[in-house]
Amino acid sequence: MLDQFLLSPRQYELLLEGLVVTLQVLAGSLALGTVMALIFGVARLSPQGWIRSAALVYIEFARGISAIILLFLMFFAVPILFGIGSMAPMLAGILALGLNMGAYGAEIVRGAIEAVPRGQTEATIALNMSNMQRLRHVVLPQAIPIILPPYGNLSIEVLKGTSLVSLITLADLAWVAQIIRQNAIRSPDPTTTPILYLNVLIIYLILAQILAQVFKYMERRSARKFGAV
Amino acid sequence: MRTRWDWEFAFERFPEILEGMLITVIATLVGIVIALTLGLVLALGRRAKSKWISYPFAWFIEFVRSTPLLIQLFFLFFALPTIIFPGEITIAMSALVTLIIGLGVHYACYASEAYRAGIDSVPKGQWEAATALNLKTTTTWRQVILPQAIPRSLPTLGNYFVGMFKDAPIGAAIGVGGVLATARSIASETFRFVEPLVTAGFLFLVISIPAAFFVRYIERKVFYES
Repeated sequence: MLDQFLLSPRQYELLLEGLVVTLQVLAGSLALGTVMALIFGVARLSPQGWIRSAALVYIEFARGISAIILLFLMFFAVPILFGIGSMAPMLAGILALGLNMGAYGAEIVRGAIEAVPRGQTEATIALNMSNMQRLRHVVLPQAIPIILPPYGNLSIEVLKGTSLVSLITLADLAWVAQIIRQNAIRSPDPTTTPILYLNVLIIYLILAQILAQVFKYMERRSARKFGAV
Repeated sequence: MRTRWDWEFAFERFPEILEGMLITVIATLVGIVIALTLGLVLALGRRAKSKWISYPFAWFIEFVRSTPLLIQLFFLFFALPTIIFPGEITIAMSALVTLIIGLGVHYACYASEAYRAGIDSVPKGQWEAATALNLKTTTTWRQVILPQAIPRSLPTLGNYFVGMFKDAPIGAAIGVGGVLATARSIASETFRFVEPLVTAGFLFLVISIPAAFFVRYIERKVFYES
């Protein structure tokens, strides 16, 4: 009964290769997205007006332009505009998804920092801490429990977004699925198409559940470390 | 060597890309109608008293929300016809219809969560008052709960629908002639990639940024009124 819903071992091997690429893009995008989110989330609250405006421009641009359009711009247009020949699809994918995620993440970080009571900032001023010290030791540690829950959702959105890199020739899970489908059409048994996509969807579902669990674990840990908010 | 940016070429091809954008916008608008109605059905099914009803609804919502729209479109486009008409490999749904259904169902699952939060935010006293007045269940929902829940869901719904608009160009992957597909076909025909794609990006910004501001305006209005 169950093996009706399974693919051949060779097809799973191919999907595994695609999975590795998907995970690479995911890891790269999450890393870049987090850095951008922290920088621009903090910049949105800068006392300097021009820094706030610059951060706002980045956020509105990277959120408003749509991830898939940003991806195509990054892969096809940016290399020509800047005269750098070409860009590796992996790099273009990570840049586009990371910049897009960073804009959403920056708003999460900004909201969380604003939720930290003002007295905390006043206390750091009284203690003569520098701006950097205040951020690192006082404000961000208290913002993290507020950041984590929406950040977990955001990371699942990024996971879903990684499937778009298949459209710029990167051999991720979605790409491999298309290759298997095209090969299956030539072979005598075309009924595998639903099974194929069901398998791929379930792989994404499992990845999303793992991400959700990782964030739940981090939430529990940060709640223990910094006390309930 | 040709210039990196050619204004004349960009203006010449602008109307075509705008037409493509029109298709993307129409797909989004029809998708929103589907998501608003189906989302409410999903939200109510999710709240059903029987676990036999509420659990399958919850699983479906979770499943659709955790998997990429792109693969869902592939499933609808390539796999669904072979399930409905086994043996026939020539039957297919039109790409645009597939995109509209895909967007509608995908965002219906998001919408259901927005409705759910809205319904949960209606004070318990409203339910008790409806019971005290001996209102029928359908009357309670239609006259008491939903008129209060839906306005509170609007800002979240609005954000999701701006997101839906930004996901709509994914239809290019199954051949919907929307904004991205138009830009891509101009690019492959003329070997000029920059102008069509930048134009497409510009059109997205022009629509989605004001839309996002409008959602924030509604958010403030709803926030002050409740």
